[in-house]
Amino acid sequence: MPATRRQFLSLAGSVTVAGTIPIVTMRPLEATPAMLSTAIRNVVGEASIRNGKVKLDIPPLVENGNTVPMTVSVASPMTATDYVKSIHVFNEKNPQPNIGNFYLNPASGRAQVSTRIRLADTQKVVAIARLSDDTFWQVAADVVVTLAACTEEVN
Amino acid sequence: MAALINVPAEARRGDVIEIRTLTSHIMETGFRHTMDGALVPRDIITSFTCRYNGTEIFRADLFPAIAANPYLSFFTVANESGKFEFEWIGDNGYSSTASASITVE
Repeated sequence: MPATRRQFLSLAGSVTVAGTIPIVTMRPLEATPAMLSTAIRNVVGEASIRNGKVKLDIPPLVENGNTVPMTVSVASPMTATDYVKSIHVFNEKNPQPNIGNFYLNPASGRAQVSTRIRLADTQKVVAIARLSDDTFWQVAADVVVTLAACTEEVN
Repeated sequence: MAALINVPAEARRGDVIEIRTLTSHIMETGFRHTMDGALVPRDIITSFTCRYNGTEIFRADLFPAIAANPYLSFFTVANESGKFEFEWIGDNGYSSTASASITVE
């Protein structure tokens, strides 16, 4: 009888373990708003960030978070004395808050960068531009994601 | 390894030209698990650089949030004929290069 009970318990235990695995693997790792602000502070430091100048083109609703087209452009004359040094893009709820850092210079001619990104959840995307006078400008966009990226299982 | 590069073959001096690049890479995020719970190790391209006749004109730090087969589009001023060189560097010693020529009148 103890043997059967033990067997039963071990069986029950293994079922529980097997049962928890999908929960563990499907639980999306999430960056928190605190991680987002930390990531932004790592780039910006103590400087203040103003709203404006930056334009973020991203679809407000995406069906597949695995490949979301994104264009960031900054209103800047891109002259030797007034240009965009870098563009930094962040997200709120991917496992990691960083998306990409893009470094430009006066010879870029136009402060615009396009790429394709992954979004793990419906969330906010933030683009920050650093100008040649070391001021920071930002814009945020909300994106609704139907099918999440990043944390799905590998078959 | 294959990369698609789109640079105008010709431009007038002073034109702002668009450069588009696409390279094939899995960009494994390092946040995915297999069916039995094992973490799939991260394998991404972390850095992209474009040089125009040896001078760096664009650079990017990439993170796992960049989609597979990274696409990048950016601009530069065409000021002399020459060569654009592209370099992708990533995890596990990944390195890939490509180049394109432009004639500027």
